[in-house]
Amino acid sequence: MSRLFLALLAALSLAAPVRAGVDIQDVTSPGGIRAWLVEEHQIPFVALELRFKGGASVDAPGKRGAINLMTGLIEEGAGDLDARGFAAAQQALAAKYEFDVYDDALNISARFLTENRDQAVALLRTALIEPRFDQDAVDRVRGQVLSIIRSDLKDPDEIARARFSEMVYGDHPYGSSLNGTIDSVMGLTRDDVVSAHRGVLTRENLFVGAVGDISAQELGVLLDTLLGDLPAAGAAAPQAAGLDFAGGNTVVDYETPQSVALFGHAGIARDDPDFFAAFVLNTVLGAGSFDSRLMQEVREERGLTYGVYTYLADKDHAKLMIGRVASANDRIAEAIEVIRGEWARIAAEGVSQEELELAKTYLTGAYPLRFDGNARIAGILANMQMSDMPIDYIASRNDKVRAVTLQDVARVAARLLDPEHLTFVVVGQPEGLEGTN
Amino acid sequence: MRFFAARISACLIVCLVALPLRAAEVTSYKLENGMDIVVIEDHRAPVVVHMVWYRAGAADEPPGKSGIAHFLEHLLFKGTDDMEPGEFSSVVASNGGSDNAFTSWDYTAYHQRIAADRLELMMRMEADRMRDLRLSVDDIGTERDVIIEERNTRVENDPGALFGEQRRATMFMNHPYGIPVIGWRHEAEALGLEDALAFYRKYYAPNNAILIVAGDVEPEAVLELARAHYGPLQPTPGLGPRQRPTEPPHLAERRLLYEDPRVGEPYVVRSYLAPERDPGAQREGAALTLLAEVLGGNGATSVLGRKLQFETQKAIYTSAFYQGLALDDGAFGLFIVPVPGVALQEAEDALDAAVAEFMAEGIDPDQFARIKMQLRASQIYAQDSVQSLARRYGSALTSGLTLEDVEAWPDILQSVTQAEVMAAAERAFDRRRAVTGWISKPPSPEVTQ
Repeated sequence: MSRLFLALLAALSLAAPVRAGVDIQDVTSPGGIRAWLVEEHQIPFVALELRFKGGASVDAPGKRGAINLMTGLIEEGAGDLDARGFAAAQQALAAKYEFDVYDDALNISARFLTENRDQAVALLRTALIEPRFDQDAVDRVRGQVLSIIRSDLKDPDEIARARFSEMVYGDHPYGSSLNGTIDSVMGLTRDDVVSAHRGVLTRENLFVGAVGDISAQELGVLLDTLLGDLPAAGAAAPQAAGLDFAGGNTVVDYETPQSVALFGHAGIARDDPDFFAAFVLNTVLGAGSFDSRLMQEVREERGLTYGVYTYLADKDHAKLMIGRVASANDRIAEAIEVIRGEWARIAAEGVSQEELELAKTYLTGAYPLRFDGNARIAGILANMQMSDMPIDYIASRNDKVRAVTLQDVARVAARLLDPEHLTFVVVGQPEGLEGTN
Repeated sequence: MRFFAARISACLIVCLVALPLRAAEVTSYKLENGMDIVVIEDHRAPVVVHMVWYRAGAADEPPGKSGIAHFLEHLLFKGTDDMEPGEFSSVVASNGGSDNAFTSWDYTAYHQRIAADRLELMMRMEADRMRDLRLSVDDIGTERDVIIEERNTRVENDPGALFGEQRRATMFMNHPYGIPVIGWRHEAEALGLEDALAFYRKYYAPNNAILIVAGDVEPEAVLELARAHYGPLQPTPGLGPRQRPTEPPHLAERRLLYEDPRVGEPYVVRSYLAPERDPGAQREGAALTLLAEVLGGNGATSVLGRKLQFETQKAIYTSAFYQGLALDDGAFGLFIVPVPGVALQEAEDALDAAVAEFMAEGIDPDQFARIKMQLRASQIYAQDSVQSLARRYGSALTSGLTLEDVEAWPDILQSVTQAEVMAAAERAFDRRRAVTGWISKPPSPEVTQ
């Protein structure tokens, strides 16, 4: 086997790329609730993904952590059932419900068997519409949240994230942890939790993806049962965040052998005409595969880290380009120097034709592989709607990647990559790090 | 694991929930050179997972060479007689796929996830590096720096992981399960080219490997490709059964106290030496699997959650775990994070009291029925991820189990009685075979003076 043969085989096989065979139905329930559905009857269960746009960022002033606490309480008692009764009922049905909250969305993932679907939906409905928020449950879950906050105060990654967010976003909700602080969480009352629930779980904020053993008509009935009694509208979304990237290196002194660094500057919006060029650029620079510039230079060439990556953060109220690296205290300065050097080089020179082609074939080839499980597809469908993508987006997405030219990447590299404002936050005891703020 | 995961799990214990597997649509073969083949069909998407598992892991390393199995895993990406360093992953990526590898005590595995029509290319490359690895001294030095940084990330920067290493080394007094997969730092720093090659030549051979192909494939076609690419490889002669040093009788309870200023939340964890799932004899393992669910499966309804989080309210979090998917003896464990103000001794006492009550009260039949229902349903949900299915087959087969064992497991779980679970608990809870660990911040100077 020779290298040439491999290259040839790769080129030949790329002539017939995989198509994502995802047949999405746009379903509207009799009561007017919309969902995207992929029917998949091979396995007797349904994966349902609900997104409530807004997430933790609509916390009321002075009530930081209320939405997170509320999210932890949704399954801690509802209707006639207390926390233990609810858990027992869920287990008896072998239904799976997960509740997670992020900066921009509250996510609910549900999986339930065909054989007891109506009961599983009825039980989930009580959690969404009639949560009890019993005081003993509020206090118990508050204890769990406080435990997480205390742990985060000792975790180098979380310390870095907290300082980075504070510096970049200031007073915007993104500038603080959605968990809240010990003080803010201690101060939350049951009324705050009820308000948080009322503010986030609304039909206006709702996006639904469903995949599995269910017809469009059955799904319509299900949606009205499960979600029909939600209020129409809730809390107002926050303003766009003002971003402050001072450049340089900020060190948070913490006694641990390996320094953790977060870095970034302003990014680009998904609806920007140059977004796909930026996406390809990020793939070449640092999206995490072994072929990225940063992985090659920092890890493969110099052995300075186990991993380095960058990504485009497309948040609702801020667009960033962010990365992370971790190296021993006596090596992090070199890792940062190499990253800054690659940043400047690619900003000035763009990428090579070979790098561009490799990134494009990787991205176009990898895309269809995402659609390989009911739960995964349901999540993608919900996220696509929340990001305002058209229902035929999947079919056209790879064409947008293929259309990116060397000139596009060079243009967006010069516009987006900004070595002067590239801001590092380093947690640890880095040695010989220059440019420290 | 060679590749960096974006967010390292802070999971304190290996969460080896022994979920059942579905028996259907699985085909197996064996090549003449001894290589096992398992094909799992899933035709929902035109995707395939291609994995090669070696029956060699950290517990097979020579003394003093801890970390060599994992180091070699990294070096497998450094090129062969036909491929340049890094080329393997580049070819996978340029075909739209992703690839990675991982090492444990009982196995090392390499896998790619890619469009189903690229399967042959994956086989060609994986077969090439099974016997024809070419390493240079330069590759070794840089990559050793990488694994030291990996150790920094996974272990040195995480007091819970350091504590876990110490507990494990205390639990296994003689068996190599006591060494960390990533290696003790002082030994990992000294690993060399010959160490890697010796391990490679002995264990990376078709008669020590299992091929697992899962996804949109036909079993006969997989066999044909495997014959063409893996069939010509030479086996390692004289590779006998896997015999590791075994544990002597455990006669003395062991206790550890680990203090680290970086500890966020103090906790207590106790592990008991416990039998693993054995081929043809999985009932004890099934009973311990159910015991872990009964005691610690769900915070609201498990025995420990009910008693310690809801009734006495001494715990923020409790759990129970069973590590039964292993070639040799594993562990059964209990875990408690106390609420602030409850000292670790009080937490441990409360944990012991809860277990003692459970041993007297027995199992709630309703809870037992719900757990059986969930295990049955998990067979259905598990079909949604062919990659997870492939991983479960690989880890079972490299832990000494057979395909028949894997397929019998769901029925065994359903047939285990409450009495069997209680009897397994009686056998497991022997403090002479237990390691109890406390982890906390060191006392502040003001308090000690």
